[in-house]
Amino acid sequence: MSNNWKTFTKGFIKENPILVLLLGCCPTLATTTSAINGMSMGLATTFVLIMSNLVISLLKNFIPDKVRIPCFIVVIASFVTIVQLVMQAYVPDIYETLGLFIPLIVVNCIVLGRAEAFASKNPVWPSMLDGAGMGLGFTLALTVLGCIREFLGSGSVFGLHILPETANILVFILPPGAFICLGFLIAIVNKFKGSKQ
Amino acid sequence: MAKKESTLKNMLIALLVITAISGGLLGLVYGMTKDTIAEGDAKKNAKAIAEVLGTDENTRLDTATVGELFYNLAYDDQDQLIGAAIKTFSNAGFNGRIELMVGILTDGTIKGVSVLQQSETPGLGANMVNPKFKDQFNGKNPSSYNLTVKKDGGDVDAITAATISSRAFTGAVRLACESFEANKAKFMKGGNAQ
Repeated sequence: MSNNWKTFTKGFIKENPILVLLLGCCPTLATTTSAINGMSMGLATTFVLIMSNLVISLLKNFIPDKVRIPCFIVVIASFVTIVQLVMQAYVPDIYETLGLFIPLIVVNCIVLGRAEAFASKNPVWPSMLDGAGMGLGFTLALTVLGCIREFLGSGSVFGLHILPETANILVFILPPGAFICLGFLIAIVNKFKGSKQ
Repeated sequence: MAKKESTLKNMLIALLVITAISGGLLGLVYGMTKDTIAEGDAKKNAKAIAEVLGTDENTRLDTATVGELFYNLAYDDQDQLIGAAIKTFSNAGFNGRIELMVGILTDGTIKGVSVLQQSETPGLGANMVNPKFKDQFNGKNPSSYNLTVKKDGGDVDAITAATISSRAFTGAVRLACESFEANKAKFMKGGNAQ
């Protein structure tokens, strides 16, 4: 396995931002009431991660150390605003559901964390792969969480009805359900990781 | 290229360049998406009006602001008022502001209600968007129908386990009806409204 491949795939399970690093839980818990919401949030974050890692890696020698954090934040915030405007224009329905959480990508610790820990020290190509891997890992976790919560809480997956309305367990689309599901998901991943070691 | 030292000059240049480029880029994207966003909003608004008043796109529309409420007035080809789609609201929801569009015909009968904005509890108060709850207002006239939830002695069936949300919703509808009754006289003829 080449190094680049490792950089790309480590975000999926080994260093999954949600399930292992536990970064960026706020949008995770709030937006995963349905599979499509979780996935949209994940993809929006992935785009921001890739672009901000790319730009920050390009600029890493131009930015003096003492002002690096404000510079990173400006870069990240710009891409988030671009995502927000584009979503508002072309997918208004999803934009409305995710609402407040799109601008909050700016302060998502994954994005700033990857900029600081990876992109500011590595060349452009690995930084983009790192952003893509982390972003897709985030998307994966959010989509799985969204699927489980939507299935248990609304009896459907991606809007496709499977169970009758009477079988819905309301708590799973409310905030406590998010914590319960996330807890179980992390436990399963830990078990899985532990048995491999 | 070696790493830049953290001198005042370098820091100033770095921040200035980055913010200037970001600002320019955002302006560009804003300019590109502005029209699509406005179009989408206008379409959504027109759709909500058509939905609650049962009008089509040929109806002449006019707007007016009465107190805190926003009126979309619909006129037929004789310039007679068909009804108004009134944007009304309630701050008494369980989870913040609720905004509704209420379609009222000239005789005061409620034609339809649609929810523009709400953030009630999913599965409970949020069920106000379901036809089962909101369509019970259709065809009702406040002169013979008490716009209060049954628990408070009125005629409205509340959503199970979401009386607060139902109360807020009903209150917003009532606000629109009362405002329309009090103000409709001045909008009857299309010419007067302009």
